[in-house]
Amino acid sequence: MPKLPGKFKDWFEARGWSVHPHQLEIAERAAEPSLLLIAPTGGGKTLAGFLPTLAELASGEHRGLHTLYISPLKALAADIRRNLGTPIADMGLPIRVEDRTGDTSVTRKKRQRADPPHILLTTPESLALLLTYEDAPGMFSGLSRVIVDEIHALAESKRGDQLMLCLAELQAMAPDLRRVGLSATVEDPDAIARFLARHPDPCPILKADPGPLPQIAMLETEELPPWSGGGGKYAIPRVLEEVRNHKTTLIFHNTRAQAEIFFHNLWLANDEGLPIGIHHGSLSREQRERVEAAMVRGELRAIVATGSLDLGIDWGDVDLVIQIGAPKNVKRLVQRIGRANHTYNAPSKALVVPANRFEVVECVAALEAVRASDLDGDPRGPGPRDVLCQHILIRACRGPFEAAEVFETFRTVGGFFDLEREEFDACLDMVATGGYALRAYDRWQRLKKRDDGRWELRDPRAAQQIRMNVGTIADTDTLKVRLKNRMGGKPLGEIEEGFAASLTPGDTFLIGGQVVRYEGLQEMTVQVTRRADRPPKIATFMGTKFATSTQLSARMLRIFRERDFSSLPKHTADWLRLQEQYSKLPEADRLLVESFPHDGRQHTCVYGFAGRNAMQTLGLLVTERMEKAGYEPLGFVSTDYAVLIWGLNQVPDPAPLFDGDNLREAFETWLRGNAVMKRTFRASATIAGFLERNWGHKRRSGRQASFSSDILYETLLKYDPDHLLLAITRDEALKGLVDFGRIEEMLTRTAGRVDHVILDRVTPLAAPLLLEVGKVPVIGAGRERLLEEETERLMSAAGLGKVQG
Amino acid sequence: MNGQSIFFSGEMLEPLPSGALYWLSNDMLVVSDLHLGKSERLARLGGALLPPYETTETLTRLAADIDRTRAKTVLCLGDSFDDAAAAASLEASHRATIAALQAGRHWIWVEGNHDPGPNDLGGTHLGEHKCAPFVFRHIAKTPCEVGEISGHYHPKARVRAASRPCFLVDSRRLMLPAYGCYTGGLKWTAPALRNLFEDQATAYLTGRRVLAVPVPRAA
Repeated sequence: MPKLPGKFKDWFEARGWSVHPHQLEIAERAAEPSLLLIAPTGGGKTLAGFLPTLAELASGEHRGLHTLYISPLKALAADIRRNLGTPIADMGLPIRVEDRTGDTSVTRKKRQRADPPHILLTTPESLALLLTYEDAPGMFSGLSRVIVDEIHALAESKRGDQLMLCLAELQAMAPDLRRVGLSATVEDPDAIARFLARHPDPCPILKADPGPLPQIAMLETEELPPWSGGGGKYAIPRVLEEVRNHKTTLIFHNTRAQAEIFFHNLWLANDEGLPIGIHHGSLSREQRERVEAAMVRGELRAIVATGSLDLGIDWGDVDLVIQIGAPKNVKRLVQRIGRANHTYNAPSKALVVPANRFEVVECVAALEAVRASDLDGDPRGPGPRDVLCQHILIRACRGPFEAAEVFETFRTVGGFFDLEREEFDACLDMVATGGYALRAYDRWQRLKKRDDGRWELRDPRAAQQIRMNVGTIADTDTLKVRLKNRMGGKPLGEIEEGFAASLTPGDTFLIGGQVVRYEGLQEMTVQVTRRADRPPKIATFMGTKFATSTQLSARMLRIFRERDFSSLPKHTADWLRLQEQYSKLPEADRLLVESFPHDGRQHTCVYGFAGRNAMQTLGLLVTERMEKAGYEPLGFVSTDYAVLIWGLNQVPDPAPLFDGDNLREAFETWLRGNAVMKRTFRASATIAGFLERNWGHKRRSGRQASFSSDILYETLLKYDPDHLLLAITRDEALKGLVDFGRIEEMLTRTAGRVDHVILDRVTPLAAPLLLEVGKVPVIGAGRERLLEEETERLMSAAGLGKVQG
Repeated sequence: MNGQSIFFSGEMLEPLPSGALYWLSNDMLVVSDLHLGKSERLARLGGALLPPYETTETLTRLAADIDRTRAKTVLCLGDSFDDAAAAASLEASHRATIAALQAGRHWIWVEGNHDPGPNDLGGTHLGEHKCAPFVFRHIAKTPCEVGEISGHYHPKARVRAASRPCFLVDSRRLMLPAYGCYTGGLKWTAPALRNLFEDQATAYLTGRRVLAVPVPRAA
C-alpha cells in the first residue's frame, strides 16, 4: 500500500502547507479495515480522508470505482468535487471524480452505472437507490474505500441506519472494502467507531489535535433578558455592535421561525445598512445559494442561520459565532462554535445570548460544560425495524435472495447485531404478505418464495414503485412560496401546509426576512407579493424544537444545589435567592411541586427538568389524572424545566399523581390515541413501504387526494392491534417527541420524594411560566362544541341563521 | 335523528353523521363511493399491502345505518367497488353480509367510473336512477336539471383546522361525501368542485354530529 508519494509532499510544499500529523497517520494506516478520524472544523479532515485514495489511484492502474464518498448534504458532495479538482489537476493525477445526488440528470446517472468514475460522491439515499439495481454487484465489486463524512450527524438519525445497512451490503459485494469515518468532536467517539465498523470488528480512532479551547462567554447587555420567550430581541443592539466589531459573524438560532423574526428585527435596527443575510432549510435553493455565494466572496458581515449551517461547507473568514437562545445541547454548541475561525489552531470566539431568565442559568451551565469538555448525547438504541423492512425491499429489487444470507449481512450492522432471526422473519413476512392476522394477500404477496427457497418480487414492475419510496427522511406537507408575476414567479421557500391553510388573502408573513402578502393558492403553490401593509403573522416551520439535554439539566440542578451563584449575573442570582426565600429551589433527587392561587385559578407548578418534550408529555398525563381525580384542570404550559397547570380546584396531595406505576398505565392508554403516534405511524409506514411517499403530493385540482394515514392507523388498531407495524410505531414514538424515557429518568432520580409547597401567591420561579406561549387547553368534549359554535357563527354571519330545519 | 335536515327540491332529506343520506318520505338510504375491495385492488396492482379490513369496516357502518333507519330502499351511488375484479373477488363473508342487508328491501346499484357494468351481487343495476323530484347519478352533469344527487368527488370541508367529509348543497344539486373507509377527499374550495355549485352553497359536515356551514369561494 503506497503511503504518500513524493509528488504529494511537493504539492503540499508548493502551496506552503505542512501536512497535519493526522493526515499522515491516516495515510500510514490506510490498510485498516475501518478507521475513525475525529478532528475539529478546519483541520483538513476531508482531505485527510481522501489522501489514501489519491495515493492509491496515482499510478493509474485501478479500473472502475475505487472510493465512495458519502455526505449528509448534496451541497457538500458538490463542494468536495470542486475541492478535489485542485490537487488532482495540480499533480496531474489520472483520476475521475463525479457526484451523484437527487440533482444529477437521468442520462448521467445511467452512464455512471455502466462506466463508474474512480471516485463517486453521493448521499445515503442515492446510494440506497443504486443498490436497487441488478447491476450493483458489478459496479461495486472493485470498490476499495468508503469515506463517510460528518458521520456524527448521520449517526443521529435513521439516515445513518440506512447507510450502515448499505455498507453491509457493499461489504458483501466487495469483502476487502475499507471504511473511514470523519467526525466532528463528539461525546462518545467509541460509539461512533462501533457504528462505523463491520460489527463486531474493532475500529481504531485517530484524534486530531483539538486545538486551543474556544473563547466563549455570555453576551452582556444593558437591557435584562425577559422573563420568558425565546427570540432574544432584547439583545439586538449589542449583537449589531458585535457584528460591527468583527469581520464576519454567524448568528445561530434554534428554530427557523425565531431566525426569521430575529433577522427581521435586526434589519429594522440596522441603520448603517451592514450587509446581513439569512439561511435556513425552508428557504428555496436559489435563495440559499445566493447567500452562500455572497458569504464565500466575503460580502456579508453576518448570517442569521439555523441548523442548515451546522454542517460542512467552508465559510472562510468567520471570526465570531453568536448563539441566540440556550443551546439545549452542549455538543451542538461546541460544533457551532467550531464554525468560527476556520484556521487550524486558532481559538474560536463565541458568545451565547440567553433568551430568558431560566436560559441564563442554562447558558452558564453550558459554558461550564464547554470549558470542561463535557459533551452530552444519548446512546444509539437498537436499529429501527422500519428501515430494515425497507432494505429487504431494496434487496428484493436487485433480484432473488436467500433469507438467511440477508439476515447475516444485516447483522454485521451494530444496531442489528442483536436482532433475533424470528424478528427478522417477522419483518420479512410483513414486507412479503402484509403480516396481517387476516391472511388476505396470499395471491397478491409483494414478495414470494420460489421453489428453490429464495425470495423474489411477485411482480418485477413493483421495483419502480419501491425505488420511488427509498429513503428515511420524513416527508412533511409543505407548499412552495413564489412571488406572483407573469413569469411564473421567483421561488422564496416553503411553508407548512397547515399554516398556508390558515392564511386568507391579504395576510402577511415572514419568509427569507421579507414581509410578504398572501394573494392566493395556485397549483399547490402559495402566491405572494411584496406589498406588506400589515404586521406579519409568523410562518410556522416543522423542524423539531430541541429539548435541553439530560446532562445540561443536571448541571443546572447542580448550580441550584451548590448555592454558588457567583457565575450568574446579579439579576439572575437575585431571582434565585428570592425563590429560596419564598419557596425552594428544585433539586435533582426530589420533585418540587408548588401550589398557589393566581388570577382566580388554582395553579400547580412541577419542576421536572426533563426537557420540553418529556415535560409536555408529563403535562398531558398529569392533567388527565387530575381530570379523573376531580381537580378540574383547564390547561397547562410546559418548558424544558417545568410544567404549570391551572384549574378550578387545588391539589391537596400531588404525590399520588407522580406515582410511577399509575403514570405508566395512564401513558399506555393515552399513547394509543395520541397524535404523535399517528404522525410516527405515518413516517414508519412510509419507510417500511406501506404508504407511498408521494401520496401527499398528488393533490392536484380536480383529483381527490388519497386517504390519510390516520385512517390506516385507526383501522389497524381496531382490527389488528398486535400488528408488527404498530409495535414498530410505538418503539419509534417513544424515542422521539413523546420522550417517555426522560420521564422515567425523572421518576428514578426523584424516587417518590415529592416536596409540596403551598403558597398564597405565585413564586419567583413560576412567574415566568405564566407568560409562556404555547398553552395547551385540557379538552373533554369541548373540541366538538367549539366546532359547533364556529359553524353556527359562520352560518349566522352568512345570514342563514338556523338553516332549514 | 340528530335534528339536522336539508330541504332540497321540495323534499326533506336527512344527512347522517356517517355520510349517508336518508330520504324520509321515500324511506330511501343513499350512500356513495363505498370503494369496497380497495386494498385488494392496490395489492393486485403490485402496490402496498394495506390493512385488509376496510370492506368489513365499511359494511359494518352501512349495516348500522340501515338498522337505524330501517330503510325500504338502499341506493349505492356508484364506485361501490374499487373495480370490477374487486367486486368479483369479494370474500364469501362479505357477500353474505351484503345479501343479508339486501333481504327484504329494494337495492339499487348506480354505476360509477370505477365500477361500470353490472356485478353478480343482487339488486337492480342502473346507469342513473330517476325518482321524482330527483335524479341520482354518479358524476354531476353540467348543466344539470334541478334535483340532481351525485357523488364521485369525495368533497371534504375544512373548518377550524378540522377536515371532515361533507355534503354540498345548492338550489340545483346535492353531492354526497365518500362513504368508504379508505377514501380521501377533495377540498370543497377546489375549483373543479366549487365551480359546480352556486355562490351560495351549504356544506353539511360529517362527524359526531352533522354541522352546517356556508361553503367559501373557490381557492
